[in-house]
Amino acid sequence: MDENASARLIRRTLTVAHRVGLFLAMLVICLPGIWIVLSSLRPTVEIMAKPPVWIPQQLSFDAYVAMFSGIGKGGIPVLDYFRNSLIISVTSTVIAVAIGMAGGYAFARYRFRGKSGMFLGLMLTRTVPGIAMSLPLFFVYARLGIIDTHFGMILAYVALNIPFTIWLIDGFFRQVPKDLAEAAQIDGCTRWQAFCQVEFPLARPGIASAAIFAFLTCWNEFALASQLTRSVNSKTLPVGLLDYTAEFTIDWRGMCALAVVMIIPALTLTYIVQKHLVGGLTSGAVKG
Amino acid sequence: MATVSLKNLTKRYGNMEIVHGIDLDIADREFIALVGPSGCGKSTTLRMIAGLEDISGGNIDIGGRLVNDLPPRSRNISMVFQSYALYPHMTVRENLGFSLKIAGAAKDDMDRRVAEASAILGLDDLLERRPSQLSGGQRQRVAMGRAIVRDPDVFLFDEPLSNLDAKLRTQMRTEIKKLHAKVKSTVIYVTHDQVEAMTLADRIVIMRAGHIEQVGTPDEVFSRPATRFVAGFIGSPPMNLHEATVSDGRLVFGGGDSLPLPGQFKSKTAAGDKVVFGIRPDDFYPTGHGLSSGGETEVHRVDLPVSITEPLGNETLVFAEFNGADWVSRMLNPKPLKAGDRIGMSFDLSRAHLFSAETGKSLRN
Repeated sequence: MDENASARLIRRTLTVAHRVGLFLAMLVICLPGIWIVLSSLRPTVEIMAKPPVWIPQQLSFDAYVAMFSGIGKGGIPVLDYFRNSLIISVTSTVIAVAIGMAGGYAFARYRFRGKSGMFLGLMLTRTVPGIAMSLPLFFVYARLGIIDTHFGMILAYVALNIPFTIWLIDGFFRQVPKDLAEAAQIDGCTRWQAFCQVEFPLARPGIASAAIFAFLTCWNEFALASQLTRSVNSKTLPVGLLDYTAEFTIDWRGMCALAVVMIIPALTLTYIVQKHLVGGLTSGAVKG
Repeated sequence: MATVSLKNLTKRYGNMEIVHGIDLDIADREFIALVGPSGCGKSTTLRMIAGLEDISGGNIDIGGRLVNDLPPRSRNISMVFQSYALYPHMTVRENLGFSLKIAGAAKDDMDRRVAEASAILGLDDLLERRPSQLSGGQRQRVAMGRAIVRDPDVFLFDEPLSNLDAKLRTQMRTEIKKLHAKVKSTVIYVTHDQVEAMTLADRIVIMRAGHIEQVGTPDEVFSRPATRFVAGFIGSPPMNLHEATVSDGRLVFGGGDSLPLPGQFKSKTAAGDKVVFGIRPDDFYPTGHGLSSGGETEVHRVDLPVSITEPLGNETLVFAEFNGADWVSRMLNPKPLKAGDRIGMSFDLSRAHLFSAETGKSLRN
């Protein structure tokens, strides 16, 4: 075998090995998700079986049907939870991104006293685990009478998300050359027009990713929500999962079905927004 | 089209004064180049004229209108940035038309003016491309197009050619000169490259550490530099500058060698004066290889050893050793030389310069 043939063979072997490795890695990452979808479709006996039943014997949509049936027929107020989750997540994401844009822009473009200290302070708030805040927040909210309200949850989530959105958006505004805003001002823009026409479109991928992160944080958050919500007035989907636990039993199939219902909107949103996440939009702005 | 006038213009950052009260009057349709080394305040001055930097003191007048506190958009200027600053999310057409869109121009008016600018700069084939799909020279042209579309009173250029390679720079320099001839507007051009300044400008402003050292036509700043700094900054290769003491009608250098005191400075110096002697490489040449205009009245000849040579084809730069230092000379109609050769050198003293060692000011006046 000549040198070229053996080099070709090695390259092909490596390509195959590479693909097999990638497949295995993807399998490990996706397995929990696939398992949840599968578990939502099979009877509890099969879910609990030891050794596990890998290939489902019977599949049914019973859990989904039951979920949307009335109370007493195994149903839970899933539409109420869904509405609460949506209102709380969307509102707090919009507010957190708006404040994050203002803050991120200020940190990226202006010099002011105490800037780095303030930035560090914002980052430090991220080090406090959400669960550690639940008790103090519970006391404060109880006094203010905003337990079990949308407003209370939105307030908590906005506060939770702002440091992160500011940090992320700041990084994206830094990548937009300052010359561009100056050129726009010379071209006749006000400071505000220069922001809207030039800087905002260029930082949009960053703002979109900040929005996705903020939304998913709110959508999936459990620790705070489980303390600060009480009823269908404000319970979110993750807290709703607890409805499937009874004193002595856990309805794993129902829980998995609700989990699937939770995942779908998050997946859809991420899919819609991801096309805005194309990076490198600023290339060609300045020399290069 | 407009005049620009700076009166006692000052810029401070905190306690640091960057621009120290400069005065400058620029005539209508004049091409002015601001040159100087990095950090001399030339770009800051330009940005103050543009309105991108607040001024700390003094006045800026554009077309007889005081614009001190007006935002950039109200000054009717346009600017070409060193980085080009093209909007990456817009096509070339949108980039060119952006200022007109912001001003609310009618669609057909906008199309007409974009077409005009694009014709002047040869951008017709590029109109639908985005900046990332353009080469450096094309981006540079789009940046200039964006400036001329506005039909401004004053064009500001901030080192527009420094990101281009040497060949393209020469080509774009010519294009800028043609452009100025076509649009006939007032231009303020910042550069650190004295060749650009000499070739383009009607008048050159040489700045150093926030002060104006000299304002003059290219010929004036080259032939009659007002200070030692200007003498060293303008001209390539730079002027030979060496400190000397006046003694007995001669200039005595630190190493002990001496030259006759040039006639035009005899009445302006006294024995014991510390001076800086300056002579351009064109006026210090291997005998028989100079410009030989025939007008030399005061030539001093001396044999000197050659330390190195730099052949450039049509001429050779000869570094000759005098007074323990290498003095650069320009040898026209060159002949082969090698290090160590002794050759006859001529100092055309009628064209020499003397500066005060203390103040750096020319002793000519």
